[in-house]
Amino acid sequence: MAALDTLSPDADYEEAERRAIRRRRVVSVAVPVGTAVALILLWQAGVRFFEVPTYIAPAPSDVAGAFVAKSDVLIMNFWPTLIEALSGFFVGNMAAILIAIGFVHSRNIERAFFPIAVFVNTIPILAIAPILVLIFGPGLTAKVVIAALICFFPTLVNMVRGLESVSPQALELARILSASKAEVFWKIRLPSSLPFLFSALRIAATTSVIGAIVGEWVGADLGLGALIIDSTFNFNSPLLYATVFMSSGLSVLLFAAVALTERLVIRW
Amino acid sequence: MHAPAAASLKAASVRFGSFTAIDNLSLEIEAGSFYTILGPSGCGKSTMLRLVSDLIPAASGEVSIFGKTTEAARLAREFAFVFQDATLLPWRSALKNVELPLEVGRKRGIELPVGNRSPRELLELVGLKGRENALPHELSGGMRQRVAIARALVCQPKLLLMDEPFGALDEMTRDHLNLQLLEIWRETGTTILFVTHSIAEAVFLGQKVVMLAAHPGRLREVIDIDLPEPRTIPMRDTAEFTRYSARLRELLETC
Ligand SMILES: Nc1ncnc2c1ncn2[C@@H]1O[C@H](COP(=O)(O)OP(=O)(O)OP(=O)(O)O)[C@@H](O)[C@H]1O
Ligand SMILES: [Mg+2]
Repeated sequence: MAALDTLSPDADYEEAERRAIRRRRVVSVAVPVGTAVALILLWQAGVRFFEVPTYIAPAPSDVAGAFVAKSDVLIMNFWPTLIEALSGFFVGNMAAILIAIGFVHSRNIERAFFPIAVFVNTIPILAIAPILVLIFGPGLTAKVVIAALICFFPTLVNMVRGLESVSPQALELARILSASKAEVFWKIRLPSSLPFLFSALRIAATTSVIGAIVGEWVGADLGLGALIIDSTFNFNSPLLYATVFMSSGLSVLLFAAVALTERLVIRW
Repeated sequence: MHAPAAASLKAASVRFGSFTAIDNLSLEIEAGSFYTILGPSGCGKSTMLRLVSDLIPAASGEVSIFGKTTEAARLAREFAFVFQDATLLPWRSALKNVELPLEVGRKRGIELPVGNRSPRELLELVGLKGRENALPHELSGGMRQRVAIARALVCQPKLLLMDEPFGALDEMTRDHLNLQLLEIWRETGTTILFVTHSIAEAVFLGQKVVMLAAHPGRLREVIDIDLPEPRTIPMRDTAEFTRYSARLRELLETC
């Protein structure tokens, strides 16, 4: 009984602490969500109050209506963009990683190719997209190449930095252990580069969607980009807005997938 | 036949460009002994260890380890190195870090010595039983350094090179690790070359203190420390200990 008496204030305190943490967590979610809801309501009220024509700015309720009524069209156009963005993401990042490894392996490779990489990166993606569509035709390939191109440079730069981020001391340790170049790469350089790689992949997750959509603008009959162009020309603003939300949803999805993988892989 | 010295430097010099970091250093490290190295900052203590461990070449003179060249000794894992910061790989658990030396450097056609203690037993030896799966960032500075020591011991080196391994630790932890290191030294029979900034640590650990002088780095004197073995913490309050410390301090001022 005595033991329980001395314990209970502590238990009370812990309970209060736990409740405070829970409250803080609820607040940290509730505030941004509440703000977003308030803004949407304001938008709804504004459009209705000023009687803005739907084709100029649809009310949130119109957009929601489009989501429901045109869900089959939206989904049908979602898949091609997802596939293009994902393929571009893999191709672009894979190429960047391999070339970064080549750069770190040999200064001469870096000297030969880095200026070219910088030059390609300076060409605006909107300017190069028509060229790529001309080369690869109106099919899937051009969009994948555009998405890959947009992912490529940030990953290349980050990956080179990551592979070179190994501390000199760790390299001395490797030398004392007579580790081979391959062992240094697999056991030290590559793991050290992972945090750098993932910060580049987070960027690529969203830019690859931009790349796919830009590619579709230039020439496609299917995909979220094509739907954006189509609904704009038809003054179908609710569908346009719904498509835009769908595109940003795709970016968020890819970003979340990368962030989740990062959390599983990088535990240090 | 005289057993070869654990490390032998004969008129060894190290130059960085036109700068002479070590000049004409001759020193015999007796196998099985505990040597501490003292000297003013920048006198070349680290450089000397890096020379012995084949990280930098001698500009002139000769360095050998158990009668072999430093390169041959490195390939045969005759020595291990403990850095000032533990230099653990942050994505590997404590156990995996200790296992690193067993995973690399095997493709050189030279049989690696395998210690008689497993990585797990070594972690227990340094007092980290139960923390095998902890990542370095989950360990304290002292624990990380103990993982580094366990890693250094995994191939049973005959020579252990330590560059201010406890320099960044608080005094209590340092005392504790000093005692632990002495125990490991007695038990394994390895030779230890231990760089430190602390006169007390040099006297407490060393059977011999190597005093280096600066500009250029050269040997000043080798002082025998005739304190009874095994060393204990209360020994540091004896008159004898204080005499050694005072003598080294005096000598350090003239370096
Ligand atoms: N890689 C290098 N290139 C040029 N000079 C160097 C290099 N490494 C060390 N030196 C110089 O050699 C001298 C000895 O350096 P070292 O690191 O061996 O000193 P130290 O005795 O270990 O000093 P501390 O006690 O501060 O660790 C210093 O003057 C340093 O500037
Ligand atoms: Mg030093």
